[in-house]
Amino acid sequence: MIERTPVLDFITHALLIGSLVALLIPFWIIFVAASHDFHTVNQVPMPLMPGSHFLENMATAWERGNFGRVMLNSIVVAGGVTIGKIVIAALSAFSIVYFRYKLRMVMFWLIFITLMLPLEVRIVPTYAVAADALRPFKAIFELFGISVGLPEWNLLNSYSGLILPLIATATGTFLYRQFFLTVPDELTEAAKMDGSGPVRFFLEVLMPLSKTNMAALATIMFVWSWNQYLWPLLVVTDQQNFATATMQLQKIVPGPVFGEPPIWNVAMAANLIVLTPPVLVTIFLQRWFVRGLISTEK
Amino acid sequence: MAEITLRDVRKSYAKNEVVHGVNLDVASGELIVILGPSGCGKSTLLRMVAGLESITSGEVAIAGRVVNRLEPRERGCAMVFQNYALYPHMSVAKNIGYSLKIAGLSKAERTERVNKVAATLGLTDFLERKPAQLSGGQRQRVAMGRAMIREPKVFLYDEPLSNLDATLRVAMRVEIRKLHQRLGATTLFVTHDQVEAMTLADRIVVMNKGGIEQVGTPSEVYGRPETTYVANFIGSPGLNLLKGAAHPDEGVIKLPDGQQLAYDRNQWPEIGHGPVVVGFRAEAVKFGSGPLSARFDFAEELGIAKLLHGSFGGQGMIVHVATHEDLQSGQPFFFSVDPRDIQLFDADGGRRLEEARTPAARTKIAAPIQVRA
Repeated sequence: MIERTPVLDFITHALLIGSLVALLIPFWIIFVAASHDFHTVNQVPMPLMPGSHFLENMATAWERGNFGRVMLNSIVVAGGVTIGKIVIAALSAFSIVYFRYKLRMVMFWLIFITLMLPLEVRIVPTYAVAADALRPFKAIFELFGISVGLPEWNLLNSYSGLILPLIATATGTFLYRQFFLTVPDELTEAAKMDGSGPVRFFLEVLMPLSKTNMAALATIMFVWSWNQYLWPLLVVTDQQNFATATMQLQKIVPGPVFGEPPIWNVAMAANLIVLTPPVLVTIFLQRWFVRGLISTEK
Repeated sequence: MAEITLRDVRKSYAKNEVVHGVNLDVASGELIVILGPSGCGKSTLLRMVAGLESITSGEVAIAGRVVNRLEPRERGCAMVFQNYALYPHMSVAKNIGYSLKIAGLSKAERTERVNKVAATLGLTDFLERKPAQLSGGQRQRVAMGRAMIREPKVFLYDEPLSNLDATLRVAMRVEIRKLHQRLGATTLFVTHDQVEAMTLADRIVVMNKGGIEQVGTPSEVYGRPETTYVANFIGSPGLNLLKGAAHPDEGVIKLPDGQQLAYDRNQWPEIGHGPVVVGFRAEAVKFGSGPLSARFDFAEELGIAKLLHGSFGGQGMIVHVATHEDLQSGQPFFFSVDPRDIQLFDADGGRRLEEARTPAARTKIAAPIQVRA
């Protein structure tokens, strides 16, 4: 439909531009703060034009935060969580949509209910399990009075400890379920007639078809796991080797130490470093991301 | 030997039976069209043969082997779906060759066979395209290629032409017939379009409400319908069916208003006194003069002819007239029907009444069949 509504057009554009500016101002302030020296940044009011110390501040922040190591940790963890989530979500949704078994809907609702149990709610039991991964089994054995000498399996201070407890995902399962429901039954039947078994159908038909879906999920989940703060803080005590970027940021942001002026320029430079990977991921995947969320283009 | 045998095949969803005990023998190399209105169970039947639906009771055998418990891939059938069901992410070549890939054939062998099939179907130039870049007819051909490449014993078509436009449908119909003649594979073809059924089939299976009404060649089904359902369903328009009372001593059927239709007593020697359903084709009516009269209601223009809708003895009737007749609504017209064109059915069950099996009586059946799209 073609409409000519100049007033409405003006209002929508003004609203869009206003929102964009509101969105970009914090980034601008971070950038400006990161480009001045210690004295200028602490002036009141703070200058709103960039200074000349940007590279210098970035170098200081990179060194002080040990970001070479820490960024790598974060990329491994966020990447691991993202891949893990996609695999788990696709597999569980495949089972729920394509197989008829008893308790199928019960399983689905059990998964769905975990939406209401984010990590923060179940952090104590999750920590207990991370401290000894076989502990639930031990508890069950004890309940029945069986004594089996299970070894201690400690996930603290390890990548698996940072990744595994985060990969269960109801959102992903739900997103995949909705996608699988839109795949026409005839496609499944055609694959059956062609002689394809379930695993082959999953890998060669469903997975390629769900590319946009996968990108959408990857974007959300990468950003989400990159921003994880509480769990890494708990599970990592060996901060030299396993600290993540968000944890490290906390050390650079000036603390409430009496008599010491806050070093905002370096802190903001560190901020810029830490926010770069999720921003890049979002920019590169956003075209797919939008398609994956809104359309069932086939 | 029968290639496909159905023995008392039934299908129920929960307590609801949708296919009621179907028996059918399909000879090797035969093209059988299963014809019926939507919801009559024809697709369900086909899918039970394919292995996409479980068989509640009864037996399906392909090439002498009971396949009830076999997976679709083990049955040796290939199927063409109504919506083509092509894999959207694969090129035409990959779509056609997918079953061979699953079967574990080498890439060289696959390419060779894909090229051969593509050449027969005129798809050689499109092999690298994705299904979304093809027209409806081309997609249909890819779907057929995907079925052909497996060189199956049995072809199953589930309303494959319903998504095409009219011109293309006629063209594809011819192609399917040609393909069948060349490959000689046993074929089951499901459709609700009687023209498709008439033109394609060696034999037609007419289904209604989950059961078989009649199995026969197109001319048998058209010329000698076994039930009033088939009589009304086949042909356009279907057989005129009127309630009347038989008077075998006079050789006539009397309609409620007293008009009489003579029938051929040699053909129907054992008709009892009493109510019957009398049927005749709209095309068999000789319009213009005759002992019978009906009231004209309205006309349908067909271009080369007209269908006059009228009321005959208080019951609806359609007459096919080739001439340009102008009638006013409510005006009476006169006509006659050759006694040999009269067909008789049971007034209760709608089954065709017993006929004499004399050659003389059967000559009529061999009369040329006229079907209009």
